[in-house]
Amino acid sequence: MILAAALPLGFLAVFFVWPVAAIIRLGFTGGGVGAVLADADTWDLVVFTLGQAAASTLVALVAGLPVAFLLARCALPGTGFVRAAILVPFVLPTVVVGLAFRSLLPDGGVAAIVLANAFFNVAVVARTVAGLWSHVDRRAEDAARALGASRLRTFTSITLPALTPAIGSAAAVVFLFCATSFGVVLLLGGARHRTLETEIYLRTVELLDLPGAAALSLLQLAAVVAALVAGAVARRRRETSMRLRGRAETARRPVGGEWAVVAVAYAVVALLLVPIGSLVLRSLSTKDGWGLDGYRALAGTGYRGSLQVSGVDAAINSVRVATDATLLALLLGVVASVVLVTLGRARSRLVEAMDTALMLPLGVSAVTVGFGYLITLDALPGDLRTSAALVPLAQALVVTPLVIRMVLPVLRSIDDRLRQAAATLGASPWRVWREVDIPLAGRSFLAATAFAYVVALGEFGATSFLVRPDTATLPVVIGRLVSRPGELNNQMAYAACTLLMLVTVAIVMLVDCLRVGSVGEF
Amino acid sequence: MRRIVSLVAVALAISGCSVGGSGEQPGGRSVVLVTHDSFEVDPALLERFRADTGVRIDVRKSGDAGALTNQLVLTKANPIGDVAFGVDTTFASRALDEGVFAEYRSPEAAKGPQRYAVDDTGRVTAVDVGDVCVNVDTAALAARNLPVPAAYEDLADPRYKDLLVVEDPATSSPGLAFVLGTVARFGEPGWVGYWERLKANGVKVVSGWEEAYTQEFSGSSGKGPRPIVVSYASSPSAEVGADGLPRTAAVLGTCFRQVEYAGVLAGAKNPDDARKVLDFLLSEPFQAQVPDKMYVYPAREGVALPEAWRKAAPLPENPAVLPAGDIQANRERWVEQWRAAVPR
Repeated sequence: MILAAALPLGFLAVFFVWPVAAIIRLGFTGGGVGAVLADADTWDLVVFTLGQAAASTLVALVAGLPVAFLLARCALPGTGFVRAAILVPFVLPTVVVGLAFRSLLPDGGVAAIVLANAFFNVAVVARTVAGLWSHVDRRAEDAARALGASRLRTFTSITLPALTPAIGSAAAVVFLFCATSFGVVLLLGGARHRTLETEIYLRTVELLDLPGAAALSLLQLAAVVAALVAGAVARRRRETSMRLRGRAETARRPVGGEWAVVAVAYAVVALLLVPIGSLVLRSLSTKDGWGLDGYRALAGTGYRGSLQVSGVDAAINSVRVATDATLLALLLGVVASVVLVTLGRARSRLVEAMDTALMLPLGVSAVTVGFGYLITLDALPGDLRTSAALVPLAQALVVTPLVIRMVLPVLRSIDDRLRQAAATLGASPWRVWREVDIPLAGRSFLAATAFAYVVALGEFGATSFLVRPDTATLPVVIGRLVSRPGELNNQMAYAACTLLMLVTVAIVMLVDCLRVGSVGEF
Repeated sequence: MRRIVSLVAVALAISGCSVGGSGEQPGGRSVVLVTHDSFEVDPALLERFRADTGVRIDVRKSGDAGALTNQLVLTKANPIGDVAFGVDTTFASRALDEGVFAEYRSPEAAKGPQRYAVDDTGRVTAVDVGDVCVNVDTAALAARNLPVPAAYEDLADPRYKDLLVVEDPATSSPGLAFVLGTVARFGEPGWVGYWERLKANGVKVVSGWEEAYTQEFSGSSGKGPRPIVVSYASSPSAEVGADGLPRTAAVLGTCFRQVEYAGVLAGAKNPDDARKVLDFLLSEPFQAQVPDKMYVYPAREGVALPEAWRKAAPLPENPAVLPAGDIQANRERWVEQWRAAVPR
């Protein structure tokens, strides 16, 4: 067990704690940290950062829960597509989404920032909550209804308590994503609305003001830890065991008032498709009407050979890098979740601390981590600083907490007596895992895999820093194209977005089609 | 059992997709070229260089020019490459002050690049010129019965009210270059007064070039509302219509000279081959392809520009310039002053 715990914690120590500590220490040696902390502007940044993150989280929750209901409880045709399509926002480079929101909401300001952040994160809520919801036995709800409880009452006293762990998990992840949201805030907030994240970026990358960046990084860290601890306290003892069921048993055709919820869910999906649709339209629009020039150019290497790799090659590169990151993150995330569940029966404080630590990479600026790598990783054999291997490693750092948040609530919900019964009947620990945990939590593993893929596919920051030109991924190609003049470059950028969406939907639908032992199979 | 078999099959299929599954490049001498995101080169040229010298160029991109410079500064004790390209006028001084580069005077430097030298220490050499200028949508101005503006002062003329869009100098490299151009033109503190006049004249500020040019500017494919934008001298070459005539023009009286430099890194593991790479960046074949690949002008003299460029995007002859040292010393203060004078 100690060995198993050492794997994710060791990874976290080497690829997160060490680089971040080193860059913050370097900032402190420069002096002037105190002056930044004493500045009133700094505290305005903290307030705005947390405020916009909380608002975005709320919007994502409100929009995501009806979609979760649709995915988990409704046996309707087309749900598979919805399940995949809502993940598309996640892979789109923030610069193109920012531009789309800018043109849809020209005078946006804070509202545009909140909506754009929520746009990226509805899928986190919908899929995390649906992962648990689809396994929750619905007979308790049916019993409550039979005993005369209203739909609302049934939802608030039966369904909601059962879903709390997943909702808490999703809220924590979304909050961290929104608190560190960079491109959207930069593009939609401009000079008026700045966050800790955009300010850390400017100070580190453009000004090399490391003391200022260190002060802000410490504040970011403190804010994130405070938010995580608050979340952990809120969901303490809520993650209780219950009887989990296979999705096939719990999903059915909606009846009566459920159709209203389904309608809301479809409305949310339709709203998600508006910015997405505007990107597709742009890929087809030319000065003189409509055309496929962008797609034709993307199939080759662009206008006058302006791309080093064709769009197809970039798509293949994307899938390759994402595969590595996904496998690594699944390994780390599932091992960490199992350790947390196993330890959780005895030592809850230790588990909470470890759980919080594993979430931190989501809440700390990618720039802080990236510049930390520059001054630390050369001490490791093979100088990883400029190695292509760092791309999946950096992506796994972000993806692992997501895997944990999707898998852990489900594993914790499994009644431990099932495992004990299996062990009593002579099953080895491995066999218990295979016969009890995997069948019951299988869907959440798949959901986590799909998510990991999507985050890795869309990752831009670390990849654009580290990837070699001949192995450029689609988001990197889009970033290049959108920063060039000329109609064709623009069409190609949006055609590449469309390609990225198609690849994403294809991969997610493929992963969702796998049936790693859902309960219905035995 | 069937489940295990299918899992193994999936695992095998996945491992075929992985980066680890693809072969690493073969050994031999190699030079790591650290550069910014905008670097592009014809792969055939890299191949030819390798055939000629036996040296493979390993390109590593590292964000924009600022990110590149600051990474070089942070890693100067143990550099992340052998040669760096892409440190520009705005950041050259920081890199030189920090001792990032080692002296190397390329024999190719005398063929033009020398004109743009930062100082006489021979540590960095100009590779290309990418001036930042105001661009106009000529047809849109004609439709408003307005002449093409000629200089900075015209942009503050009420006739051009609400027509200009610029980038925030704190977050955008062309935005900063344009502000530096106004500092060079009006001096201190006159440039702040000029910006106050621009503000009164309805200048719109956005955070990045992408938004300014592709979304707000009417001369690009985004067909935005504003016919005047801060972009590059080279941008009109990409906006040539089907009739072969340019649809936009750079206002040559509003240009600020941006030069991009390359140099051999101090402490490079392979300095000899790194010098060959620097010579390669200054060579005729590489210089000839920088317009198409990177939308910049060659630093070498006598390299022909592509056809579309000669018509639509000639190199500005008298751009504003500021010494790299002045920029380094004042950049932060100027940006702060700008932010105080021109809030949105």
